[in-house]
Amino acid sequence: MSNATIPSSPIASDEAFSAALRPWAPQGAFADLRKSGWERFRSLPMPRRLDEKWRFANTAEVTLDGFNLAAEPSAAARSRIAEKSHLVDDASARLVFADGHLVHATGISAELAAQGVIFEPLAEAVKRRPALLEKYLLKSGTNLGGDKFLALHQAYCESGYVLYVPEGVVIEKPFVIYNWSVAPDAAFFPHALVVAEANAKVSVVDFFMSDTATAQALAVSASDIHAAHGAGVFRKVVQNWNETVHSHQIDCTHAGSDAEVTTVAVNLGGKRARFESAVRIHGKAAKVNLYGLTVADNRQEFDQRTFQEHNAPGAFSDLLYKNALLDGARTIFSGMIRVAPDAQQTDAYQTNRNLLLSGDAEANSLPGLEIEANDVKCSHGATTAQLDESELFYFLARGIHRETAKELLVFGFFEEIIEKVDNDELAAVLRDFVHAKFRRRAAASA
Amino acid sequence: MSDQDQENQAPDATSAAIDIDREKGNFKYAEDYAYDAGVGLNPGVIDYIAKVKGEDEWVREFRHKALKIFESKPMPTHWATKDLDNIVFDNIRYYLAKGQKPARTWDEVPDDVKATFERLGIPEQERKFLAGVEAQFDSEASYSRMKEDLEKLGVIFVGPTEGLRDHPEIFRKYFGKVIPIGDNKFSALNSAVFSGGSFIYVPKGVKVAAPLQAYFRINAENFGQFERTLIIADEGAEVTYMEGCTAPKFETATLHSAVVELVALKGAKIQYITVQNWSNNVFNLVTKRGMAEEGAEVRWIDCNIGSRLTMKYPGVVLKGEKARGEVISIALASHGQHQDTGAKMIHAASDTTSNIISKSISVLDGRSTYRGQVVMPKSLSGCKNNTECDALLINTNSRTDTYPAITVRGTQNSVQHEASVSKVSADQIFYMMQRGLSEGEAMSLAVNGFVNDLVKEFPMEYSVELKRLIELEMEGSVG
Repeated sequence: MSNATIPSSPIASDEAFSAALRPWAPQGAFADLRKSGWERFRSLPMPRRLDEKWRFANTAEVTLDGFNLAAEPSAAARSRIAEKSHLVDDASARLVFADGHLVHATGISAELAAQGVIFEPLAEAVKRRPALLEKYLLKSGTNLGGDKFLALHQAYCESGYVLYVPEGVVIEKPFVIYNWSVAPDAAFFPHALVVAEANAKVSVVDFFMSDTATAQALAVSASDIHAAHGAGVFRKVVQNWNETVHSHQIDCTHAGSDAEVTTVAVNLGGKRARFESAVRIHGKAAKVNLYGLTVADNRQEFDQRTFQEHNAPGAFSDLLYKNALLDGARTIFSGMIRVAPDAQQTDAYQTNRNLLLSGDAEANSLPGLEIEANDVKCSHGATTAQLDESELFYFLARGIHRETAKELLVFGFFEEIIEKVDNDELAAVLRDFVHAKFRRRAAASA
Repeated sequence: MSDQDQENQAPDATSAAIDIDREKGNFKYAEDYAYDAGVGLNPGVIDYIAKVKGEDEWVREFRHKALKIFESKPMPTHWATKDLDNIVFDNIRYYLAKGQKPARTWDEVPDDVKATFERLGIPEQERKFLAGVEAQFDSEASYSRMKEDLEKLGVIFVGPTEGLRDHPEIFRKYFGKVIPIGDNKFSALNSAVFSGGSFIYVPKGVKVAAPLQAYFRINAENFGQFERTLIIADEGAEVTYMEGCTAPKFETATLHSAVVELVALKGAKIQYITVQNWSNNVFNLVTKRGMAEEGAEVRWIDCNIGSRLTMKYPGVVLKGEKARGEVISIALASHGQHQDTGAKMIHAASDTTSNIISKSISVLDGRSTYRGQVVMPKSLSGCKNNTECDALLINTNSRTDTYPAITVRGTQNSVQHEASVSKVSADQIFYMMQRGLSEGEAMSLAVNGFVNDLVKEFPMEYSVELKRLIELEMEGSVG
């Protein structure tokens, strides 16, 4: 399917939507899903300053203006992008997208295919797996404030992938997906749908990156993870856009009984990056771990909203989000643990640690609890502080230069999350990204 | 009188001091109001209040401005409970007074009011020891007494009408400044119709040894109480103020909406202690805020046991360097109650510190909520905040929520916030029951243990009462 013929109307216009939908008319149910997304998008207001779900966010900077669906990249750009997409190569399969267009696919092995594993671009799955999509695609929102953006995602949803792992199939190597921003002012809408049937195990790595340091873009991604009874899903998302991208990430996770889901979100890029993650625990004794690492500098704003919803007894969830702030950057962490009346014996925890490395940076924390069951262990903690002077002193007393000591302490702060990805290749990439961000800063200030 | 049957059964003198059965406070006296502004709120009511009180023109204008702001502000139901929509402002009496001027001597206090105080337990020995008593009976302070030596020290302890009329040079400067009219819808309402409350000024360097105290209660159906308190502690002064309240049981909801402003000038210390035990149909929507200048300290010690819905977030604006703010809060939400409490710490100078400790207990279908705000802006350094919120859930249908909001900028500032939710451990209960306590007694003891370190912050007679009140609330919650 080529989008080259789509005129470059603003994405919030009826013309742009109609043109984007036209080629999908034969896929009735899918086209209807997108139409209903468009209608919802049109009916919802943009976030406003006093909207509680956007508290502390600089809503004046949230915009959809000036972005268009991008044309397919040139052959040269496609091969360049595919060539750059080798960060985690010990993988089960690889998909590469540029401005939402598929530019490279390394499919799964014949062995996995024989076991019934499905890993394909969404655009293909729409045609080949209507029943699967009917069951799982965009079935719920996060209810965290980004409804309008999720509706827009639904309206334009055709990029991204579907990963289905049948019952009992255990896959060691990760599925790796790269989403690149290439053309200036491009808008794209990557989707990730991961379904792990009972006792299946799978891991995915999603990269969000920019081809250049200056091309502005709007990325509205959404994901749905469905982990059935006893399934294990491990998702790592690395967001490293350039610092002009407007980013929205809306993630929904559904955990069944005894399921084990871990997500690691590393947020480095974007001008304004909104990140919503809702975890819904439906089955008893599910176990969910949510880790986040954000490095914010210059005038970046990272707006993180999380929701741990316990609807079943005996489940466990733990969240640890760490933010390091430099320059005039802002972060918002708004987390909520909700324990339903019947979800007894819940263990739910939430921790937000903010490291302020500049007097101009601003860290906002809104750690929340709503508990309606009494036999629970729930807690949250939020701290915001500078580097500990006594820890610095320890380094200085051993003859280590103050700046070096600071850097070591800061990287030590990050390391706790980086270790969680449990993949040496990826951990090395993350360390590189974080170091690169600091090196850019050092170069800029020199 | 309709309440002869309620006459006291004369308990012995010592137990009368502490053993007040407020839970069963369904006594009430004939409503015989000399002044009544009628039902509902309009500019005419404001003029009426100002006229009856003989207020200066600027106060009347202040009230009118406040009414306009009140009318223009929406209900805060986008974040607060929808239960607020059940307040019918048109059904409320905004002004009632027993007499135009507060009674000066004990002899002038009407007998039925004295009887109420007796029942409320302002005992003889307290009258001797406490520096002065401002007991608000409905809107007006109907009994006001100050020891002569306090007067000699230059301490002013009056109601708002007298304060603004007789000492404008002291009170006007800060009146409505710590909590502006438009701070929220209910501060605007109070600013429009306030009557009763305490205006206190403690001169430079004066340390008031004994706490000043006000007891007040609501005694008329559908009657809102809008007391206004302003306490100014001049440089180096120290004062403790206590308020406790209890209300008879009514058939329909009642609105209570106070504004309390504290001003602690350089090096001053103000401690404000509240025990709130309104009956379970009262909407208690209170705005309380203190301002602490350089080296000053403001402490809010707050206990909420009664009311249908309490929304109260005492705050401290730490305006001068090295100022200190503290909120110690206990909330107990039982059947049909929502205790929506919290604290605000606004750091506005360097090296300021603040501490918030909040403990809540939810019993039966009670709901307790903590809302907090901590702000440390740019350009400040060396500020510290510590926040701890612990919630205890007793029954399976009990509910608790925590909604803190923390904003930190600047250098060498630090904030730590912790919250936990738990239930009384089965081991503890088993241990106590093995030693012969009933399950209810064991639960009551465990709950008292949970809040014990905070209860100690209250004056002795209050802490004894608090323990008893908690025991009463725990009755019938288990087993």
